[in-house]
Amino acid sequence: MKGLKIIVLAKQVPDTRNVGKDAMKADGTVNRAALPAIFNPEDLNALEQALRIKDKYPGTTITVLTMGPGRAAEIIREAMYRGADDGYLLTDRKFAGSDTLATSYSISLAIRKLSPFDIVIAGRQAIDGDTAQVGPQVAEKLGLPQITYAEDILSVKKGVITVKRRLERGVETVAAPMPVVITVHSSAPECRARHAKYTIKYKHARSLSELQDTSEDYLQLQKDRPYLLIREWGIDDIDADLEQLGLSGSPTKVKKIENVVFTSRESKVLSAADGDIEYLMKELIDNHTIG
Amino acid sequence: MNNVFVYCEIEEGQIAEVSLELLSKGRSLANLKKCKLEAVVIGSDIKSIEKQIFPYGADIVHVADEKRLYPYTTNPHTAIVKRLFEQEKPSIGLFGATSIGRDLAPRIASVLKCGLTADCTALEIGNHTENKTKKEYKDLLYQIRPAFGGNIIATIINPDTRPQLATVREGVMKKEINSADHYGDVNQIDVADWLSDDDFVVRIIERHIESSKVNIKNAGIIVAGGYGVGSRENFNLLYELAAVLGGEVAGSRAAVDGGFVEHERQVGQTGVTVRPKLYIACGISGQIQHRAGMDQSAIIISINNDTEAPINQIADYTINGDLTEIIPKMIKFYQKNTK
Repeated sequence: MKGLKIIVLAKQVPDTRNVGKDAMKADGTVNRAALPAIFNPEDLNALEQALRIKDKYPGTTITVLTMGPGRAAEIIREAMYRGADDGYLLTDRKFAGSDTLATSYSISLAIRKLSPFDIVIAGRQAIDGDTAQVGPQVAEKLGLPQITYAEDILSVKKGVITVKRRLERGVETVAAPMPVVITVHSSAPECRARHAKYTIKYKHARSLSELQDTSEDYLQLQKDRPYLLIREWGIDDIDADLEQLGLSGSPTKVKKIENVVFTSRESKVLSAADGDIEYLMKELIDNHTIG
Repeated sequence: MNNVFVYCEIEEGQIAEVSLELLSKGRSLANLKKCKLEAVVIGSDIKSIEKQIFPYGADIVHVADEKRLYPYTTNPHTAIVKRLFEQEKPSIGLFGATSIGRDLAPRIASVLKCGLTADCTALEIGNHTENKTKKEYKDLLYQIRPAFGGNIIATIINPDTRPQLATVREGVMKKEINSADHYGDVNQIDVADWLSDDDFVVRIIERHIESSKVNIKNAGIIVAGGYGVGSRENFNLLYELAAVLGGEVAGSRAAVDGGFVEHERQVGQTGVTVRPKLYIACGISGQIQHRAGMDQSAIIISINNDTEAPINQIADYTINGDLTEIIPKMIKFYQKNTK
């Protein structure tokens, strides 16, 4: 079989899993700027699935597509170090404020520009929102079938892909014709580490906005090695309708944000001493909570 | 028109718990909005399925019954719900935040170009005035959920698009029979007319669904561990304590991600919501997503060596110290005082 064309959707996210004390402001709210920006974990699981197909079917190409600010080019480089071939960064102020519907609109337009392709693959959800909506919405906008919660791609042959899915209480194996949109569950294998060869090859990959403050020598280097260019697309590049983007294209509005404030209960503080533990267990037995 | 719709899932001929919970919530939302509650149920061999739904207060049940509609696949269920929603123009559409609901609802939101909020922890009816235009909106659905890693609670609204869609996890809403002898109307959908063969391009080859062995949702006593438990081995201490007290073991997301405990035992916004009479939190820091799933427990004990762990602030008892020392003592003094 000849190689496939795979588009991996990835997102750079603030690492909301471990909000340490450094990231807390004096008023108890989170200082988002202090959180490290990382490659969304399940998108790495998705990249690994794409790389496994590429291992199996030489000639397969992997294109990473992301949407975000200029610094999100970092995750495209990360993907290149692991074996992705090229990457596109959708970046434009007019994307700001997009909810999942507006985001999937923009991403689906970019994917259409990258047509033809066989597989669009993404993480199930991003840790900054946990909505799991963009994958299915992109599939709908492209008019393609979707396979969500993929754990393992079992086979790809004759235009049909067979995938094992992880459900709440079990697993299911489904077959779908390509092209198809797949979202990958965190139970899928972790992504491989950077490959030394690719890390050297793509270490100097830069987007246009990253190039603005680089030297003449570097510009020449990139001219000689066009694969070092991470392409940036704005709304004009994907022929987007302004009404369907950003805030105006987002049906969901945030009415209210409340910082999480801990309302204290009257708490009895105990130590690990025998007396304290025995007191507690007796009290719980006496008030019929246990026993 | 403008009614509240609940998409009902089916598990082995039974309406799923989460759907019954949503019907109960949908009934109270419909009462507040003074509109009807309608259910849609799609499956195979589901004659008289409406009998399971009417006690929860549905006025109308829409049934699509065809061999190929069970087990669930995305496209045919999307096609039916889309057409039904276009025809009936609901104000609100509720889905379980399950493998099925989270696959289906975004597809519906995309095709109808309407707003969807995932994993809501509360749903309310309220008004809204647009800041800029001063336009007034009456009786919107407030979709309330933790956001940004649980560091904030957001209230989301969809002022201009209908239906207003939301998904809710199992256990978040309370299942309540509205009236055991209530009966409403049944609308049989003409499936053959609504579907085409193209809707069945994805084929299910194999399925292994295990009935859940674990039932933390209904446990009276829960011994839960977080990342602070440190290892799968240390989790054995929690199993010992749970066995002695007659409870179940649960874990935070961090403990599940760390591989200490399986996902079906996860408590919190993206896991199960529990309301036991006793919740013992071992090495759990207590981020809001976790607390959203357990803060209605009657008594909370926090065992933590971090005296400033946020969970201590909602705990009735805080034990400062090492859980590998404290848990064996709890077992010992429980046994001593019950003999």
